[in-house]
Amino acid sequence: MNAHNPLKRTSHWVHIPLVLLGMVFLFPLVWLTASSLQSREQVGRIPPQWLPRMYYVSIDGEKIPVTPPEMFAEEQLLVTPLEGPDQGRRMLVPPSTYQDGMVVQRIQVADQFEDRLFPAQLVKRVPAGYVYVREWLLSKYGTATPRQFYMPEDRISVEIQPIWGNFREAIRALTAGEEAKKQPLGQLLGKTRWPWTPSDNVETQITFLTYLANSLVVAVLSVIGTLLSSSLVAYGLTRIHWKGRETLFTVILATMMIPFPVLMVPLYSVFRTLGWLGTLMPLWVPAWFAGAFNIFLLRQFFLTIPENLTDAARIDGCSEFAIYLRIMLPLAKPALAVVALFQFLFAWNDFLAPMIFLTEPGTFTMALGLQQYQSQHGGSEWHLLMAAALLLVLPIVILFFFTQKTFIQGISTTGMKG
Amino acid sequence: MIAHRRLTGLLFCLPWFIGFGVFMLFPMLAALYYSLSDYSVLLPPVFIGLENYRELASDALFWKSLSNTLYYAIGAVTLSLMTSLTLALLLNSRVRGMAFYRTVFFLPSLMPVVAGSILWMWMYTGDGGIINTALAYAGIEGPAWLADPDFAKSALILMAVWGAGHAMVILLAGLQDIPEHLYEAALLDGAGWWHRMVYVTLPMITPVVYFNLIIGIIGSLQVFTQAFIMTGSTGAPERSTLFYVLRLFNVAFEDLRMGYACAMAWILFVIILGLTMIMHKFSTRWVHYERS
Repeated sequence: MNAHNPLKRTSHWVHIPLVLLGMVFLFPLVWLTASSLQSREQVGRIPPQWLPRMYYVSIDGEKIPVTPPEMFAEEQLLVTPLEGPDQGRRMLVPPSTYQDGMVVQRIQVADQFEDRLFPAQLVKRVPAGYVYVREWLLSKYGTATPRQFYMPEDRISVEIQPIWGNFREAIRALTAGEEAKKQPLGQLLGKTRWPWTPSDNVETQITFLTYLANSLVVAVLSVIGTLLSSSLVAYGLTRIHWKGRETLFTVILATMMIPFPVLMVPLYSVFRTLGWLGTLMPLWVPAWFAGAFNIFLLRQFFLTIPENLTDAARIDGCSEFAIYLRIMLPLAKPALAVVALFQFLFAWNDFLAPMIFLTEPGTFTMALGLQQYQSQHGGSEWHLLMAAALLLVLPIVILFFFTQKTFIQGISTTGMKG
Repeated sequence: MIAHRRLTGLLFCLPWFIGFGVFMLFPMLAALYYSLSDYSVLLPPVFIGLENYRELASDALFWKSLSNTLYYAIGAVTLSLMTSLTLALLLNSRVRGMAFYRTVFFLPSLMPVVAGSILWMWMYTGDGGIINTALAYAGIEGPAWLADPDFAKSALILMAVWGAGHAMVILLAGLQDIPEHLYEAALLDGAGWWHRMVYVTLPMITPVVYFNLIIGIIGSLQVFTQAFIMTGSTGAPERSTLFYVLRLFNVAFEDLRMGYACAMAWILFVIILGLTMIMHKFSTRWVHYERS
């Protein structure tokens, strides 16, 4: 049927650029997932590795997870200094720095470093070809001291194994306060401060669940608000024939050009006057007053619903509001779904507005909580950052896969000329 | 009857009127007044006339942020549009598995900016980052990306291209809306593949391209979050990613110079308004609307 359209011919060659480009587009998402499942020790490796690896040693039938092995080209000595800064610790030193019960240690004198000899006890000689591993611990907040092992390389086994525990640690990481993170995770989450908890309740903790609940409250309330208000306005613009409605629609469309940064400073002082700073209200209340984009989408859909349906109801004596509520809303479900999706997505992804208006850490949304964590731990803990980012992305991806058609249709109508 | 209908209509539109008044019109006018004042939120504004604007004219950081933003906007909009158009044209052939490909290209555009920024920071790591590792396999020594003033903006532009899937879906819908009879007519006139492309396909989707262009420009002139997260609020390195809204944010919420920030905000608004009007004026030359 479509054979005449030059771009609608079936051609297998088109798969080549599509697959290549598809790989480029998917690559970051795959790398996000791959990094989020690796251990802290693996994630920063050069060259990078794709699959999550875990190392194990078996001692007396116990299978102990260990850090990636460090190898030594020559013999090393394991010593315990009896004095000095590293007193009592075990350290691995090249034979040249240990002589007659004395080991070289670097100490700080004023603002200079200096090498000095300290008495030390030789624990054992580690032959060349041995490797050093430490017992691997998932969380850096545990109190257990990791065991250390020196052994021939072949006693260490490697398994390809995703570290799901990273997500648990990411949830722990998204807690405000370093001290609080040391608690067992269940206990920590049990103290979660919810959006409805009075903020003077000192027993509570700001946790991952606080951010999640805040995000959901903002998203759900703004979805409900925009559905109700935008559909009312769209009805007023399409079903009631009054002079000036076209002009009004043009004005509404024109407001889409007003950039948020122009409004943010005065809005800040408006919300400050209203006492809304430090609450979630600045993020969801405006959605109850109909956004231009949502009005546009609903209007386009309302125009496709035959007039005689509403006319008939009008002749039967229905009030305009009853027609809106009983006839239009049920018919407009597909368009309402699109608006709900877009609004949810916007609320979930928004960063600048939360950043400005949410002045209390207890009101932070997921995006803001993640950014806060990143700004404190950026440059390290990439595995947890990736796991936390994935936690922010996952709800969106799941939502997308369940509502793909609505999404695509909704975005397709965006570009249509009204 | 007519008056009654108008009243009902206006009543239905009441939510928008209230919202527009409280959350747009009033803030806009307030911003205009603040831009003519010395205002720090904590104290009432003091009228100082055009002083803020005069200061802006000789503010090096203002000009720097403006040129950074224009550079970014031109790069991001052009590359994203070219990418999305290419993808849409490829997908518009009756290719098997079209829905799958569409999902693949569209998915990244859904990414929350915060998550996407952290991910790209990780990939752009100069030493041992995955992008530079991949480049090294191809024999190219990658730059330090976000730490290199010559590459930081390009890094952010590349990241923006990753989100081209959104425009692609709109363009694809436009392509599939082109009536078949146009191609049939062109074929009867002996038009080959290339001519059908140039004389039918491209003119027919110019409205959609125009729409994406406007949306893209308005959006990228407001770029903030990526830079704020990836290169910090100072616009490092060497202020090469100090974008307009980033500078505005710093002035308003770090220096607490709300009046000065409002002057910047109004200039941004005028720029966006001006660009949109210019593009609208020129659109009649190249955008083709089919008369029905």
